[in-house]
This record gives sequence, C-alpha cells and structure tokens, in this order.
Amino acid sequence: MSRVTVAWIVIAVVGLGTYLVRASFLAVADRVAQVPERWRTPLRLIPPAVLAALVAPAVLRPEGELVLLGPRVFAGVIALGVALWTRSILATIVVGLAAVIGLEILLG
Amino acid sequence: MSPDHPTPDPRVLDPAASLRAGVRAVLPITVGMAPFGLIVGIAATDAGLGLAEAVGFSVVVLAGAAQLASLDLIGRDAPILVVVATALIINLRMLMYSASLAPELAHLSRARRLLGAYWLVDQTYAVSIVRFNNVEVAPVDRWWFYVGSALPLWVVWQLTTVLGVLVGGAVPDAIPLGFALPLAFLSLLVPTLTERPAVIAALTAAVVAVVAAPLPANAGMPLAALAGILVGWVVAPRQVAS
Repeated sequence: MSRVTVAWIVIAVVGLGTYLVRASFLAVADRVAQVPERWRTPLRLIPPAVLAALVAPAVLRPEGELVLLGPRVFAGVIALGVALWTRSILATIVVGLAAVIGLEILLG
Repeated sequence: MSPDHPTPDPRVLDPAASLRAGVRAVLPITVGMAPFGLIVGIAATDAGLGLAEAVGFSVVVLAGAAQLASLDLIGRDAPILVVVATALIINLRMLMYSASLAPELAHLSRARRLLGAYWLVDQTYAVSIVRFNNVEVAPVDRWWFYVGSALPLWVVWQLTTVLGVLVGGAVPDAIPLGFALPLAFLSLLVPTLTERPAVIAALTAAVVAVVAAPLPANAGMPLAALAGILVGWVVAPRQVAS
C-alpha cells in the first residue's frame, strides 16, 4: 500500500475517532448535567499520563538507547524550566530546539 | 431543561461583542501556534506526502500533536493500526476537555454542540474554560465566544500547514524539527500538573514509557499512559481524605 493511501485511511479513521472523542460529553450535555463523580479523577489524569508517556522516551531514549546525560536530556530540562516559567508553547519549542542544537554542537 | 434556550443569563448578551472577545482572547496563542502549523506541513513533506494529504490531516484531524505523530510513523512505514492507535491515544485527552466544557455549554442546541465539538482543540478549550469560569468579568454569549476563540486557530492552522508544505525543503536538516513534538507535549504537560495525583500519574507514565519503549508496535506508550492513570487514580482518594 502506498504511503498516500495509508495517509488517507489514517486521516479518515483518526478524524472520525477524534471527532467522537471531542463530541462525547458535549453531545449528551443536555441530558447529563454533570460528569459522574467517580469518572472525574481518571478523566483528569488522562492528559498528564498521555503527555508524559510521549515526552519521556523522546528525551531519554532519542535513538532507542537510554541516554541519561545527553543533549536531549539537558535540552529537555531547560525546556521544562521555560514551560514552567512562561507557560508558552512557542517559547518552549524555540528555546528547546535552540538548546538541543547548541548542546549537540558542544557535546557532539 | 430547554436545550434551545440561547443563554442561561437573563441579560441580553451581544453575539458580535462575544465573538470579538473570543478572537481577542485567542490571538496571542494563535501567533504562538503558527510555527507548529509550519512544522506539521514540513512533516508531511518529510513523510513523502503532498499538499492534499497535509491539508486533509489539518482539516479532518485538526490536532497538531496527533498529526505530527501520525506523519512521523507513516514516514517510517509503521503498520496502519499502530499509526491510528497512537494518534487516537494522543487525542484521548480531549475526552477531558469535552467533559469539562459540557456543563458550560449544556444550554446550547445539539447542532451547536456537535459543530462546536469539531473545533475542540487545546487552545480553544483553555481560553473558553478560563473565561466561562471567571466570575469577575462580564458574562459573554458562550457560543459566540467559543466560535471566536476557534476560528482564528482554524484559519491559521490551515494556512501555516500549506506554507509548511511549500517551504518544507528549505528548512536546514541541522534543525531537529522532530524534537519540536516532544517539546510541544512538554508545554501542554506542565499546566496539567496542578495536583499530586496528576504529578504521580505523569511520573509513573514517564518511567513506564521509558522502560517499555522497546516493546513492538509502539505498545509501550498506551501501556505507560494506562499505568499512569491507574496509579494516579489509586493515590487520588487518599489525597481527598487527608
């Protein structure tokens, strides 16, 4: 299968699935006034768990091998500081990319 | 409850002013998001795809992180099931946005809620929930504020995607744009770490994801997310009780 075909299948399935996730609670908002209490905690924990599961391997295993003291780890720590301080996606990306480029030149 | 009632507020709220308030609230974030759109366009070219596929992703999926992860996996010829599962797991966080906004928008017609769901992205959610929960500012027509906070993002997302495809080849290889994805995730992660169960969930997910990374079919990621949610959930009630 060509990559273009794969891409369109992914667009269709992920597009539909993502829409259903977005619509989930909004669709029934008039009937379910509040999300049941017991579901609130796991729902609140989805974003931090998913995002951390995506960030950690990209920083600590950039090429598959565990690297605890590499440019990506240092750049990740710097970016974390920027994210905490500025709460800006753009500043975090720009400073993080600049840090990884600079550190790869310095350490590489 | 009458779902078609325009607003629960007895005052007459000006739709045009509410729309403008939404646009004003989201504009700074929109400027910050523009490079992200460029990266998505560039990533499509890097994956061997064209303008149609790039715009297809940006219009139909409309979720930067999931788009970048999908394009990265397609470019490495990963199985379709892996691509779809990864993208959908990344977008599961929107379940929380939907649940959180639902009571705020319950008064809208079903048609508006279903249309609004299409635009439910990180930035629109953040801007809207902050405004709706702020009792110190004048209330807005929530529908038109929401639309105003969604449209600039949508337009800029599509334009920068196209621009990214057009200039893609001109970006030097020395810039590790692939690292922009985890950096974007990181900046979305930080504001979610507001309480201890969230921090514990994130730390658990991070450790499991690093340990389980060699598992085939990218299985480590969903496993890690699930472990994080479960561990955070287990510690959460004790927090409330103490």
